[in-house]
Amino acid sequence: MSRPPRGGERAGRVRRVAYPLLVGLLFLAAWQGTVSVLGLPPYLVPSPALMVKTLAADWSTLGAALLVTVRITLLAFALATAIGVAISFLFVQSRLIEAAFFPFAVLLQVTPIVAVAPLVIIWVKDPGTAMVICAALVALFPVISNTTLGLRSVDPDLLSYFRLYRATRTQTLLRLRIPSALPYFFGGLRISSGLALIGAVVAEFVAGTGGTGAGLAYQIMQAGFQLDIPRMFAALFLISLTGMALFAAMAWFSRMALGSWHSSEALRD
Amino acid sequence: MNGPAGATAAPPAVELRDAAMTYADGTQALQPVGLRVAPGEFLTLLGPSGCGKSTLLKMIAGLLRPSAGEVRLWGGTVDALEDADRRPAFVFQAPTLMPWASVRANVRLPLDLAGVPAAEAEARVHDALALVGLADSARALPRTLSGGMQMRVSIARSLVTRPQLLLMDEPFGALDEITRNKLDAELLALWQGRGLTVVFVTHSIQEAVFLSNRVVMMAARPGRVVDEVRIDEPYPRAPEFAVSERFSQHARLLQQSLLQASGGADAGAVRGAAARGERA
Repeated sequence: MSRPPRGGERAGRVRRVAYPLLVGLLFLAAWQGTVSVLGLPPYLVPSPALMVKTLAADWSTLGAALLVTVRITLLAFALATAIGVAISFLFVQSRLIEAAFFPFAVLLQVTPIVAVAPLVIIWVKDPGTAMVICAALVALFPVISNTTLGLRSVDPDLLSYFRLYRATRTQTLLRLRIPSALPYFFGGLRISSGLALIGAVVAEFVAGTGGTGAGLAYQIMQAGFQLDIPRMFAALFLISLTGMALFAAMAWFSRMALGSWHSSEALRD
Repeated sequence: MNGPAGATAAPPAVELRDAAMTYADGTQALQPVGLRVAPGEFLTLLGPSGCGKSTLLKMIAGLLRPSAGEVRLWGGTVDALEDADRRPAFVFQAPTLMPWASVRANVRLPLDLAGVPAAEAEARVHDALALVGLADSARALPRTLSGGMQMRVSIARSLVTRPQLLLMDEPFGALDEITRNKLDAELLALWQGRGLTVVFVTHSIQEAVFLSNRVVMMAARPGRVVDEVRIDEPYPRAPEFAVSERFSQHARLLQQSLLQASGGADAGAVRGAAARGERA
């Protein structure tokens, strides 16, 4: 059921956009002012204006690199989501399966990706695929953990109700467990999307792939070697922007799916 | 007037044969209970928290298996009930609605699970919602409804399968007194109109007296049946009944019985005291 936004909701939305924007502008102004007043050289701390100028000047290279990183991130995120959800469905079929395999999911989470990435890059011939796998490994755990928790966090009375009417396992999964798990699932996606980006950047660093397949991490490395700090900042800015865009997209999906009924979204001011 | 109909000819709607519940850790939730509920009867299980009322009700529904004894519905075991209308409907203490689904989808749930064709299901949902006065709220989400309305949806959902046996676990316990009294009256009208058999759990003496043909009283630690009292008053019971002298007499009798039971008196003594009172 949709209804026109009330005044309070609209004000809440404006607050959610305007306040962070104001803080960001103040920060940029302070940064610009500090660099100008102290006369800091661009090879130490470039000003935001110089960063934007560099971004515009090098857009052909940085834009292409952004696309590469975004592609790896999205593929890894999709892979982690698909595998994570499949594993969660498997876990909720039986406590035994969960007990047997969950420690290995934790193992994936706690093993640093910088230690695993070289192995993956050696084992998988195609560097692009290897980077997707590395990033997916980083993003996988929150999806498994949250979705499993969600699938298990079903109202016990509702579950009894389904039992009373002799619902099949599939009916219970589709009509009860999956909708109940959605708030947890979207919570997992918010964390996982950011981790997929971090995983992609780390994998790019480890792979060190240049040429047409070079992502933003490679651009940062190159800029570092050449002491082109404004370009490094521009690439960093693009990575941050990508992360924020991903988070905002996940928040939007969550609001679309849960906004009408779940307190986490429905009761936002 | 409704009442236990055909108690001798037809098999009882519910029959507990020394059904007991002891959990795996040795906790005895319910001592052996023998109980028969006749078709068309309105029976209330009354007792303090922890006396096993809900356990007993869930055993009748087949949601819990007794650790000893047997539960039979309509002369057969719960698992053997094939006719959908013979299976008990259950109303929980909370409305237990799916928050993501509309009122219509919630009420339709048991029909969807049973694979009832869409057209028939829609007609039945419409009837059930009209019965509880919520035909206009079919598209609303549960969170937009008041507590009383949510409970009405829950009742509509339990009635949509056209059950003959309705099990209700303190359904109005969380509602304010005015709403509760209103829903009690509506429930009685439904019970009479549909010829239902109702097993109702409450810890409210007033609610038990107002609604029931018969009240089975229970005590805690361990959970057990300590007495049963008939409320031989005519139906329909108008709101004035709740302020009548007869009502107060019944309420006093139940209260004395419960006090004796909770004060450590054994079940036999309580039954004797009740028998000397106004037990029918």
